[in-house]
Amino acid sequence: MAKFDENARPFSEKWLDERLGVVTLKKVLSTEYWIPKDINFLWAMGMVLAATFGLLLISGIFLLMYYKPDSALAFDSVNYTIMTEVGYGWLWRHIHGVGASVVFLIIYIHMFTGIYYGSYKKGREMIWISGMLLFVVFSAEAFSGYMLPWGQMSYWAGMVITNLFSGGSLEAYGLVEWIRGDYVPGDAFLTRFFMLHVLLLPLVIIGLIVLHFGTLRLPHVNNQKGEEIDFEEAAELYKAGKKKESKVIPFNPVFLSKDVFVMGVYFILFFYLVFYHFDFAMDPVNFDPADGLKTPPHIYPEWYFLWSYEILRPFPKDPGLIAFAIAQVIFFLLPFLDRSPNVAPASKRGLFNVWFWLMLADVLVLTVMGKLPPEGVWNQIGLVSALLFFALWVALPFITKAEKKL
Amino acid sequence: MKELKILGVVAAFTLLLYWGVEPFAHGQMHKHVEGHGFVYDGTADIEGATSAEKKEAKKAFWGEVNEIAKLEGNAAAGEAGFAMCMGCHMDGAAAMGGVVPPSLDHAGALYDKKYLIALIKDPAMAMNTDHKFADTMMHPMGPVMTMFMDNQSIADVVAYLKEKKAAEPTTKEAFTEACGRCHAMRYAKMTQLGDTPEFKYEKDALAHQIKVLEAQDGVKGYMGKLPPDLSIIIRARSAHFLETFVENPQTQLAGTSMPRVGLNKEGYEKVEAYLTEIGDPSKPKREELGPYVLLFFVVFSFLAFLWKKYQWRDLH
Ligand code: HEM
Repeated sequence: MAKFDENARPFSEKWLDERLGVVTLKKVLSTEYWIPKDINFLWAMGMVLAATFGLLLISGIFLLMYYKPDSALAFDSVNYTIMTEVGYGWLWRHIHGVGASVVFLIIYIHMFTGIYYGSYKKGREMIWISGMLLFVVFSAEAFSGYMLPWGQMSYWAGMVITNLFSGGSLEAYGLVEWIRGDYVPGDAFLTRFFMLHVLLLPLVIIGLIVLHFGTLRLPHVNNQKGEEIDFEEAAELYKAGKKKESKVIPFNPVFLSKDVFVMGVYFILFFYLVFYHFDFAMDPVNFDPADGLKTPPHIYPEWYFLWSYEILRPFPKDPGLIAFAIAQVIFFLLPFLDRSPNVAPASKRGLFNVWFWLMLADVLVLTVMGKLPPEGVWNQIGLVSALLFFALWVALPFITKAEKKL
Repeated sequence: MKELKILGVVAAFTLLLYWGVEPFAHGQMHKHVEGHGFVYDGTADIEGATSAEKKEAKKAFWGEVNEIAKLEGNAAAGEAGFAMCMGCHMDGAAAMGGVVPPSLDHAGALYDKKYLIALIKDPAMAMNTDHKFADTMMHPMGPVMTMFMDNQSIADVVAYLKEKKAAEPTTKEAFTEACGRCHAMRYAKMTQLGDTPEFKYEKDALAHQIKVLEAQDGVKGYMGKLPPDLSIIIRARSAHFLETFVENPQTQLAGTSMPRVGLNKEGYEKVEAYLTEIGDPSKPKREELGPYVLLFFVVFSFLAFLWKKYQWRDLH
């Protein structure tokens, strides 16, 4: 058994250290967790995500106090009780709605930052994979949350998305009914998505965030040049006071001070949206109560699902579903499809640079096409962009294999 | 500075994305309907007529309405005519052909003059729902066409309304008189029968509910289906949609049985204000709290910036 100092004051640092190892913990997780100095504000997006998740969690807890998971009561519990009767209920709801939308914008920025700087390979594969798991579970979380107000879009998006599980020609309607707990979305559907949204998925997300942070610790984060840094050596320099020469900084307080500044600026934008510009995140169609007899003229998912929705749409039923399924998981494979030995910003990587910007533009075009009604020229643009999406993935191993070592 | 350049790229892509999925996509999804400032002279009806025959009929009808509008109305003479209106439009009126005739207490303030003329001349034509009737006499208010046969008497009644029934309504009165006979507003505890009273005994509450159901059946029979509850319609439709829809329902939903109610600009603003009070009650609170929250984060960012400067002071 370890030795305990009899005279240590309860809850003093020493007392806690002997019991919990807080001094070591603090070093490992914060004051001697080394971050490269050569980074820009894009490296603050991870903490911005964590903070936004925190806001979603807090606002969600407040909403949960008044929300009623019952298909007869849900709509009015949100739109009347929370919006009218509960003090500041509207504020929590707007924060939650805007947060759910904006978190995806930041996730996409965070992902494309990783792709641009090659932060997913050479020891950073698990960071990428845990990040992608977060993306998938966040998507499920957003979808299940969207069901809860039980408006027209909740209902019909729920109908359309669960229908996908019939697997086209497989006609697995039994599976669809099993998921819904009914022939059509109804009370059972709502209560199980409620459970997923407020309990199971948030638990998984919290676990995955811990995993994601864990995966960062050994490989350390990348930097603007993709330079391989000897962290031990650089840390010694820093600790010896040679801060100018050292290529690293401690997470706390140096990197954190920049994170907090970026977060502050981000929150100005965020709360501007919450107070003055929330419609983009709270679709007007969903302010009509769910009506199984009245299909809305346009059914579309929230903007962050549009690109993959558009990969489903332009193809015939079965190939469309297969394409859709592949699109959901293809980003997981990025570390293995990129065959180049270089960790460097895309701008230094020749053809990969073209690949990166084409991919970004393509996902953007797919997103916009996914919202437009499927008619005329939009169909063709959608089809071409969907094909380009797959062509880019097929080309990736070849162009990266051919890449010269820097 | 390099970071600003990167920020520029991120912002440009974000704005492009926003433009694509919001203004652009919605512009493509919904046809644009031009409003006409809540004046009613038949132009839109004539343009929107579904057959050559209807077009001629509408041209003739609105031509005459425009003529009547030029007559000098005599309010005193109109008062006698108005007594005939009161036969149906009285307090506690019974439903006529499905709907309860509205109170006219603020008709002069709420409705457009030409619309009122048109309404007395031929209700179905004025409401632009003549497609629903083989003979516009069959409209629940059709009988009015036999009461005011000459143009001068129409001008007189309208002059009376515009003079004596022009007190400014509250926003709630505007909604009740213009929309509330067909549309319920459950977030304001209003049904097609008006405010729901407080009942001491459940029996009475249930009896009232039955009356409401009967009234709704009446409206349903007349309209084809029960018009939607308007509690949060203000958030379910864009301001432009609501405005142009109320002005002329046919332009947004061709073939709809919703009548044009003929609100003038001030009247519509009152109704819109009421829809906002009930459907978006946090609006004033948002506007009040917003600046403080933003100010907080501006100060927060400024202090964080100083902290960052301090922490990074001898790194480069
Ligand atoms: C809510 C979800 C997420 C949170 C809270 C989160 C948080 C973080 C944090 C704090 C960092 C370190 C600082 C930084 O580079 O920003 C980081 C790095 C990273 N994340 Fe995430 N992340 C999330 C989702 C994702 C997703 C969806 C992906 C990609 C599929 C991803 C991939 C990465 C990568 C590759 C890095 C390393 C960056 C580098 O080495 O430079 N993360 N994440």
